Amino acid sequence: MSSLSAKIQDVFNEPACERNRGKDAKARKEGCSKALTPGAAAGGCAFDGAKIVLQPITDVAHLIHAPLACEGNSWDNRGAASSGPTLWRTSFTTDLTELDVVMGQGERKLFKAIREIKEAYGPPAIFVYSTCVTALIGEDIEAVCKRAAEKFGLAVVPVDAPGFVGSKNLGNKLAGEALLDHVIGTVEPDDAGPYDINILGEFNLAGEFWLVKPLLDRLGIRVRACIPGDARYLDVASAHRARAAMMVCSSALINLARKMEERWEIPFFEGSFYGITDTSEALRRISQLLVKKGADPEILDRTETLIAQEEGIAWKNLAAYRPRLQGKRVLLNTGGVKSWSLVHALMEIGIEIVGTSVKKSTVEDKERIKQILKDDNHMFEQMAPRALYAMLSENKADIMLSGGRTQFIALKAKTPWLDINQERQHPYAGYDGMVELVRQIDLAIHNPIWRQVREPAPWDRQPAVKDEYPSTKSEIATVQAFKKFAGATAVDFGAC
Amino acid sequence: MVRILPQTKAAAVNPLKSSQPLGAALAFLGVDGAMPLFHGSQGCTSLALVLFVRHFKEAIPLQTTAMDEVATILGGADRLEEAILNLKARTKPTLIGVCTTALVETRGEDCAGEIANIKLKRAEEIAGTEVVLANTPDFDGAIEEGWAKAVTAMIEGITRPGQQARQSKKIAILPGWHLTVADIEHLREMVERFGLKPVILPDISGSLDGTVPDRWITTTYGGTSVEDIRELGTAAQCIVIGEHMRRPAEVLQRVTGVPYVLFQSLTGLRGADRFVSLMAAISGVAVPAGVRRRRAQLQDALLDGHFHFGGKKIAIAAEPDHLYQLATFFTDMGSDIAAAVVTTDMSKILQKIPAESVQVGDLGDLEALGADADLLVTHSHGRQAAQRLGIPLMHVGFPIFDRLGSQHKLTILYQGTRDLIFEVANIFQANRHAPTPEALDPLRMRDMPDELRSSPLTRH
Repeated sequence: MSSLSAKIQDVFNEPACERNRGKDAKARKEGCSKALTPGAAAGGCAFDGAKIVLQPITDVAHLIHAPLACEGNSWDNRGAASSGPTLWRTSFTTDLTELDVVMGQGERKLFKAIREIKEAYGPPAIFVYSTCVTALIGEDIEAVCKRAAEKFGLAVVPVDAPGFVGSKNLGNKLAGEALLDHVIGTVEPDDAGPYDINILGEFNLAGEFWLVKPLLDRLGIRVRACIPGDARYLDVASAHRARAAMMVCSSALINLARKMEERWEIPFFEGSFYGITDTSEALRRISQLLVKKGADPEILDRTETLIAQEEGIAWKNLAAYRPRLQGKRVLLNTGGVKSWSLVHALMEIGIEIVGTSVKKSTVEDKERIKQILKDDNHMFEQMAPRALYAMLSENKADIMLSGGRTQFIALKAKTPWLDINQERQHPYAGYDGMVELVRQIDLAIHNPIWRQVREPAPWDRQPAVKDEYPSTKSEIATVQAFKKFAGATAVDFGAC
Repeated sequence: MVRILPQTKAAAVNPLKSSQPLGAALAFLGVDGAMPLFHGSQGCTSLALVLFVRHFKEAIPLQTTAMDEVATILGGADRLEEAILNLKARTKPTLIGVCTTALVETRGEDCAGEIANIKLKRAEEIAGTEVVLANTPDFDGAIEEGWAKAVTAMIEGITRPGQQARQSKKIAILPGWHLTVADIEHLREMVERFGLKPVILPDISGSLDGTVPDRWITTTYGGTSVEDIRELGTAAQCIVIGEHMRRPAEVLQRVTGVPYVLFQSLTGLRGADRFVSLMAAISGVAVPAGVRRRRAQLQDALLDGHFHFGGKKIAIAAEPDHLYQLATFFTDMGSDIAAAVVTTDMSKILQKIPAESVQVGDLGDLEALGADADLLVTHSHGRQAAQRLGIPLMHVGFPIFDRLGSQHKLTILYQGTRDLIFEVANIFQANRHAPTPEALDPLRMRDMPDELRSSPLTRH
């Protein structure tokens, strides 16, 4: 465990992380995950985090060395897409039993499991994940992996991130460490070129990276490795020969980006494909980094031409939604919006941001929110479910954009909701993705069910004030009201 | 006699099981004002929680003692105490159902002793909240075992012991986990039609039936009340559904003397007839006209439906009692069980499964054994196998995350059996294979051994 502890200290001391730089030495040592409160903790564990980051590598067999719960309760739950191999979607676990634990048969079972997978599926690599129980009983996973790799002649990669060491975010980083220690740089490509890049922290959810990749193709830029979305093991293993990198989800894999820069001199920048201006900026930065590393500077002009063309089309498409969405109030309840261009694009078509969570935002981020929203009353650290529910039932927002965790708060409060987190079904990246996001907001807000669910049951419906009785209104109104009543009755009988 | 084939693989491929603590939590979720608490690392809870949410499409109360590295080494008693006190203060539950996980069981923690200590030391703070413990390590059992252990724990911990004055109209019902919300509701209505008063433990129809309350509630809302669990001993009779519920029923009988009748399945005409006759006998009330009507409808459904079932090969993967319920339903309709895959070899009901053999295993086994079946029957995780094999999938059990309303599907008594028949018949009708000249070619058929030859006419 001592090497694991050292590793954890190492990932907590992340010089490339803005938030971390702002801390003093003592606070930094304590790491970025807060102590957990028993009875009031939420979110996945380190194992969960590690698996999320690595599992989308599509041709690898991911073997979880654990009793059933770790894998059995969590497999097949994310929407990353593959353009080829599907092995990553097949779930493998050693499913340890009581007897295995008591008799110490875990390592043997693991070794056998690796052999079975190798024989039945022949993957280029097997990733073996340690978990709470196997770490606790002292299974030497690294040794088993080493032996199996020698014996079976394929890469067997230990991923040392048992759940109890910390949060999901820590697990993300430990996954990056596993790639650095065992995968990246193990294969030399024979086709490295001056336009090769890596995209780090892009998960290709709902296939959304495929909305961006054609743009890069058009510019003659080759994605050497997209880690982990739609990745192949060999791409990842030879990722060290890329000329530049883009970090998409910074909190998850920043250690990977920084260390790849240190080891292989691959410069990187933090960017986003969410929102129009951010997408343009990302394309621009990629080209700039490539030129800095020796690519022909003419690519810069071609990039600008492409950006101008694509932005024009996107803004035109978005403008069509303005009449329908002008003045609609959006509540953003995510860990903290990284992509300000997304907010910018929503506001550009007349949508109002009535609140945003800043739980994971940096001081700089908060300043930026103040500037964009011209008001800091709309920022909240974290809203308790009850308060969120109250806010939504008082109709203070027309839609909430959030992750699945708060979905039912919105729905129980009879408020439209759109998933903008990892379990979503729609691709939102790039120019077309932004238009898709706005289309989905439009669809959600204007769905006819909302009027119906908000209507009370007929027997609960009581006229609030006297003058709503038809009898006190004009005769025509009375007749119409009666017709309405009679009509409803007839339909009800018909249905019976 | 059915052969039970043990698992021989080391790597489980596409697990069939959900973990044991998840089953226990599900049972606690059937109690009003309850808060299940996993004693383990926070991932154990998070993963189970997400799975529940995907299945029920509901906010699910489920908490964790969030064992960290230090607690894992030094012991989790403090985490457990802190969690219980925090939950008490924050959510004021009437019941905290502690489910242990593999982590604390592997440590060998004395959770029962710790809870006894906490109750003693913190009597004042936790007054008004029952705390019960189910020992449910992940490395053993699955939902069935976890559910039964939680019910047993509630009876042992809450029900007032000793012989009590019996209420002649009061019936205690202990349903297995595989009954849906609709099943429980239907069961209650059926019992009430005979003027009897059912007390159902656990009652997920009160808590997981998907309603929209007027305010945000952090525990379960609805389900069996703790008071009703305490008073179970005043029931005249206990009715149990599923072999895995025998143990809690025995405990209830030992503690209070209430006798029990066990139904291995309430699906199918015979099971329903037995149940209705028992109700009539206990209540002394004649079977109401409405119930007779439902029976007649089922008769008609049997007649209409049997064309679609005859000769069909069915591959089922489910937990033991659920497997029994489904397998007997299909064989009663004229189908054959081509493959039966189950989670454990420990249940007595396996001997009664109407199949040649029952494989203890996973969905990988179902895919291998059921490759030439006409229908796969399992939970949502079977969809990949169904797709690869090109065989339709009937969604049953837990988890079902790619269909809505699985909780409201009725599967028991006359009406539920009728609905099942229609569902299966419709799946077959929707997946008809278009006949092709090649498939009907008599010369090609001649070269095949007899057992591989299936009449092309049974497949449409």
